[in-house]
Amino acid sequence: MREGLTGNKGWGPHWRNPEPKAEYDAIIIGGGGHGLSTAYYLAKNHGMTNIAVLEKGYLGGGNVGRNTTIVRANYGQQGNSEFYSHSLKLWEGLEEDLNYNAMHSARGLINLFHSDGQRDAFARRGNMMINQGDDAELLDREGVRHLLPYLDFDNIRFPVYGGLLHRRGGTARHDAVAWGYARGADQRGVDLIQQCEVTGIDIENGQVRGVQTTRGAIRAKKVGIVVAGRSGQVAAMAGMRLPIESHVLQAFVTEGLKPVIDHVVSFGMGHFYISQSDKGGLVFGGDLDFYASYASRGNMPMMEHVMEAGMTLMPMIGKAKVLRSWGGIMDMTPDGSPIIDKTDTQGLFIDCGWCYGGFKAVPGSGFSFAHLMATGEHHAPAARYRLDRFRTGRGLMDEEATGSQHNLH
Amino acid sequence: MRVAGKGVIDRSKAVSFSFDGRRYSGFAGDTVASALLANGVSLMGRSFKYHRPRGVLSAGSEEPNALITTGTGAGQEPNVRATVQEIYEGLVTRSQNAWPSLDFDVMAVNDLAAPFLGAGFYYKTFMWPKRFWEAVYEPVIRKAAGLGALSGQNNPDTYERAYAFCDLLVIGAGPAGLMAALTAARAGADVILADEDSLMGGRLNAESGAVGHQSGAVWAAGIVAQLSAMDNVRLMSRTTVTGAYDGGMYGALERVNQHTGIRGAGAPLEAFWRISARHSILAAGALERPIAFRNNDRPGIMTAGAVRAYLNRWGVAPGKRVAVFGNNDDAHRTARDLAAAGVHVVALIDSRPDAVIEGATFPVFKGAQVCNSGGRKALESITIRTDSGEEALQVDCLAMSGGWNPTVHLTCHMNGRPSWREDIQAFVPTPGSIPDMTVAGACNGVFSTRACLSDGVEAARTALGALGRKAPAEMALPEAEDTPYALSPLWAVAGAGRAWLDFQNDVSVKDIKQAAAENFSSVEHMKRYTTQGMATDQGKNSNVAALAILADATGRGIPQTGTTTFRPPYAPVAIAAMGAGAQGHGFAPERHTTSHKRSVAMGAPMIEAGLWYRPSYFPKAGETTWQQSCDREVGYVRKAVGICDVSTLGKIDIQGPDAARLLDFVYTNMFSTLPVGRVRYGVMLREDGTVMDDGTTARLGAEHFVMTTTTAAAGNVMRHLEFVCQALHPEWEVSCTSVTEQWAQFAVAGPMARALLNGMLDKPIDNESWPFMACGDVQLGGVAGRLFRISFSGEHAYEIAVPSRYGAAAFDALLGRAEQMGGGAYGMEALNVLRIEKGFITHAEIEGRATAFDIGMARMISAKKDCIGKTMAARPGLVDALRPQLVGLKPVEPGGRLTAGAHLFEREAPAIRENSKGHVSSVCYSPELGMMIGLGFFAAGPARHAEVIRLVDHLRKVETEVEICHPVFLDPQGERARG
Amino acid sequence: MRIECPMCGSRDRREFYYQGAAVMLARPDPQAHEADWEAYLHLRENPAGPTRELWQHDGGCGAWLVVTRDTVSHQISDTQLAADVKRAMGKAS
Repeated sequence: MREGLTGNKGWGPHWRNPEPKAEYDAIIIGGGGHGLSTAYYLAKNHGMTNIAVLEKGYLGGGNVGRNTTIVRANYGQQGNSEFYSHSLKLWEGLEEDLNYNAMHSARGLINLFHSDGQRDAFARRGNMMINQGDDAELLDREGVRHLLPYLDFDNIRFPVYGGLLHRRGGTARHDAVAWGYARGADQRGVDLIQQCEVTGIDIENGQVRGVQTTRGAIRAKKVGIVVAGRSGQVAAMAGMRLPIESHVLQAFVTEGLKPVIDHVVSFGMGHFYISQSDKGGLVFGGDLDFYASYASRGNMPMMEHVMEAGMTLMPMIGKAKVLRSWGGIMDMTPDGSPIIDKTDTQGLFIDCGWCYGGFKAVPGSGFSFAHLMATGEHHAPAARYRLDRFRTGRGLMDEEATGSQHNLH
Repeated sequence: MRVAGKGVIDRSKAVSFSFDGRRYSGFAGDTVASALLANGVSLMGRSFKYHRPRGVLSAGSEEPNALITTGTGAGQEPNVRATVQEIYEGLVTRSQNAWPSLDFDVMAVNDLAAPFLGAGFYYKTFMWPKRFWEAVYEPVIRKAAGLGALSGQNNPDTYERAYAFCDLLVIGAGPAGLMAALTAARAGADVILADEDSLMGGRLNAESGAVGHQSGAVWAAGIVAQLSAMDNVRLMSRTTVTGAYDGGMYGALERVNQHTGIRGAGAPLEAFWRISARHSILAAGALERPIAFRNNDRPGIMTAGAVRAYLNRWGVAPGKRVAVFGNNDDAHRTARDLAAAGVHVVALIDSRPDAVIEGATFPVFKGAQVCNSGGRKALESITIRTDSGEEALQVDCLAMSGGWNPTVHLTCHMNGRPSWREDIQAFVPTPGSIPDMTVAGACNGVFSTRACLSDGVEAARTALGALGRKAPAEMALPEAEDTPYALSPLWAVAGAGRAWLDFQNDVSVKDIKQAAAENFSSVEHMKRYTTQGMATDQGKNSNVAALAILADATGRGIPQTGTTTFRPPYAPVAIAAMGAGAQGHGFAPERHTTSHKRSVAMGAPMIEAGLWYRPSYFPKAGETTWQQSCDREVGYVRKAVGICDVSTLGKIDIQGPDAARLLDFVYTNMFSTLPVGRVRYGVMLREDGTVMDDGTTARLGAEHFVMTTTTAAAGNVMRHLEFVCQALHPEWEVSCTSVTEQWAQFAVAGPMARALLNGMLDKPIDNESWPFMACGDVQLGGVAGRLFRISFSGEHAYEIAVPSRYGAAAFDALLGRAEQMGGGAYGMEALNVLRIEKGFITHAEIEGRATAFDIGMARMISAKKDCIGKTMAARPGLVDALRPQLVGLKPVEPGGRLTAGAHLFEREAPAIRENSKGHVSSVCYSPELGMMIGLGFFAAGPARHAEVIRLVDHLRKVETEVEICHPVFLDPQGERARG
Repeated sequence: MRIECPMCGSRDRREFYYQGAAVMLARPDPQAHEADWEAYLHLRENPAGPTRELWQHDGGCGAWLVVTRDTVSHQISDTQLAADVKRAMGKAS
């Protein structure tokens, strides 16, 4: 409150603008949500403060700033279940931890189902969630009607049979998460270096030595690649080819409206999900545009499909007007689950392949990746996120059960 | 108030409408904004955060303040721009974001708390004590935020979507766009001319200058008349081009009936167009920008161009005592037009000491600035600052101009970034930002009318060249205003207090400076931290000024500071328009079998299966639960004969010398060894080794097979076969054709199945001529059909196929015979029970993760040949003995309950994730066994038959001890099917 | 986005199904090293620029196509029948 009375002058810079040093103990390539949280937890949990985050654009400028802000732990496969459970617990303590309001709001998430078969599949998932220690409730049609009376129960193309309710699921303010981690890392001495693009990774005798950047060479004992959307390009600098294809995912926001949707609602038959932001905009999205892309923009067919799904599910949103659409670039893997692993190069680590589940993973990914980088050991909740699982077939986590085609997850 | 003799409205047609419950009168051609101004109403809205009173700022779709709600009841429409909405008889409008009323808004208390609510206030406050954000603060903020309200009821209006194709799409029908369209049309190109306004002509309708010997408006009307007479031109007014997409695709919203009271079927309210254009010309004009000074947001302060538009187009003087404040020559026109129309111009204030102002009939202040305004809900005075000090002027309207921004937005939609032009202090489109688009006129930084006319012709020549058409030799250009555009940048007037940039989001100059001080110095950071540019105008009115202030605060130039990008849509578009047709059942096609009508007539609840509808069960009198019906129908099949429509299964006709080779390659097992006249069950893998689908394939001839797929996978399997045939083995001579719709197919199942058929087939069959897994041609009442002796129930069963046109009759005939024999129709519920009792799998088991190993069919992967998926199925992780594998499950206590989706644990193990060893995939009550049974997957399950484990379903609160058993519960030797 | 089907002409993207990189045309021998299969099924060049990929005109003639398309600009520079490309690969090897 004091800041208000003094005209808000006392809030200094959120972070410094340091010049890069010649050498660090560790370098994080990528100043997005995952990179910033990795830096924060390296400093906080492992005492590693002589580290730098190198960002080619501005902090939090990637997918952390262009998503639909959903936070949840409702996965059905071993591996994902424990990872996202851990991440959600970190979300729940984030504001106190960072002293920054990320506006995490557990407003409840409802996955609708539309047949007996889907109900059973969601029951399997919900039971996994409870097995893991998270929350889930199976709602019947009337249970859904009680929470979401505005759905078109009478005339929808795919009738609502019920839903899986995850009360701790919800949303958060996306930019604030990136800024909160950035501020926390900066306060602990981490150098956050913007406008610094990595152009090469220096490797000698199988050991990483540092990176080349647009602001000169920087030596480092350890390097972590955390550049979702550009993972293939950066990994190629270390001679790696990844099991990743990049795809664009669109999202949409309407003009501000008085509160009308209190939950996060997901409509599997239409690949549609929606929530309402605190500013009043309906924030929603659907499936990938389905073709490989590095352009942060989508096309009309998927845009219209998303609108169609909204109109069959909840025709009361028809007169909400779409204010803005945008696209993010997703690292799509062959099983739809991410990678947090060492590489064949000593000291080089990679965190990638978040498909479109990256936002809610920001705390967990940073926590687990920092653990791996600092200790050389896999952190238990992320121990299954191995690169070699596709080759061996061990520990695949195909949530969508669509197989090895990258864009189908 | 109206000004006599001005405007292009139709004064012979009075139109009445209401605003906040009061009736007002305007004229045909008025917008809500122009009509309210004519009635002396200037307060039209409240701002988003501080609920400050606001009037119109603009006269177009970029309006940030005058957002209203139109209509009532289910069809009420929030956030309508009063500056765009045309009035029609009976139109009902009201203000929004104010309570209890626009005039007295309780939430305006936020304005007093403003010191606490500055840039980024959310992030630094409202988080203590723990959980208070969600419990206390967030609900309050949610309620206070937002603009208008949805009705909460299903949208009652109709919308349409349509495609259009053209050689040239001209976006904007101002002087440049009209000349471009005319030039291209005369060259014979197919032209679409789209304009957002109801009246084509752009600024020509808002300016007093002549074009040729006519007024600009009359000249424009003449060109429009010429264009409308040409067959190769389509004029689309009230149509906003909303987005530029790949391959020359454009989205456009046409407001078909927003300006009329016509609603209901056949009269779309709006239409969303997808326009495919070989070339486009962007002639979208420019938008005027305000100047930031203290209290520059009072109702009555608007852009200078808007004041001219209200005066010249609508014949409205927005005030009785008007001042004009600008940093450029263009603003002078406003003062001159007002004075010429007899409106009292109190002062023209030009920030440039060296401004040249000729023929002024009003007081002029050069080198002066407006530094404050007075009044409460309407402007009463302004304070001007000159060399000699500050001075108050009594005015009720201030026209301000900070210069013009070219409407570059569409050129940013494909990630193009505009370029800064120092001379006009504005961004212009960077050439090549959109492939095959030429930019012309004011949106290209060309500001005089004459230059716009000429630029339109030139743009058309460029477009015609690209289209390979010859341009007309000479295009006569009329005389028109051709004065140079001179300005000196003025973004914000120095001084204390809050000077507003983003009016709707209440972002002030101070907020931008504060963001910079907190090192949010990237333009994207500034935008996101302050919400500058994130209101419904997407920053059209304020982004450039905010950028200039950020550049100044961070010691960089504007080009170095960069700009945020503009995303589609250009102006907001209703979800209902882009999703037109999908409401209700329109979202996806509906597929009906030939027995659909009969099934519905029998009272069967129809359920979804892919896009198909299938009967769940066929209730009979006296039955009160689905279970009773299901049990009866199962009984038909087990004891007599049942009929089930199985036409929804995919049927693929495969022919050619290499047909058998194809099947050997896509199925794990051999089909080349299958004799003609026989059917075989096959399992198909994806290349990654998991099961894609299963089904039976019949060999009708040496080079002719018919494959059946599951209902859900039919499309995928067809695509897969085409992939193999075309992309992997184009040398094979084989073709695949989907015949799912061509054949109606019915299961005839049960001990009396053959007896039933023999009463209907033209030639009877017996076990020798038609053994288990036989197939062939038959005649059914003279109709050529096919008969397959296959069983999905374990009973003696057939599937009979007839051409679809005979399907309904065949179903009726089969059903009639079955009923005579004590049987009848069975639906999906019974089918499910029958198959679970026999351990037959469906996509509940092969859900996309299961391997052939998991379902106990590893041995079906032939060692003698390669097949899709064989190599990857052998990965160590996919044949691990500890993988959950298919088992049967039955409760230890006969009354025990099983649920699909439950997880399976060792008897003593706690039900936590680490201990989950499998799950239940399908369950049913077996009338035959008198208990529930299930199929599921358990780690190393096949080796543990007869052992007891635990089923736990937390969600349904079920915990049951179950015994692992063989998945075939009934007739394990398969004698019934062969009998 | 529009795609030029060699059989049907220029059609809207809605008529086409996308599968992935055209590497899928070169199916390894069943006895090939696991690394070859890993590369075939999972690893991707995934370039930011021109790439060859497989699409099917499944809402039209059913032809599988090899489309050369830029993943940054989305511009399509070439479209061929997959069968023709595959036959040519056979001749080349």
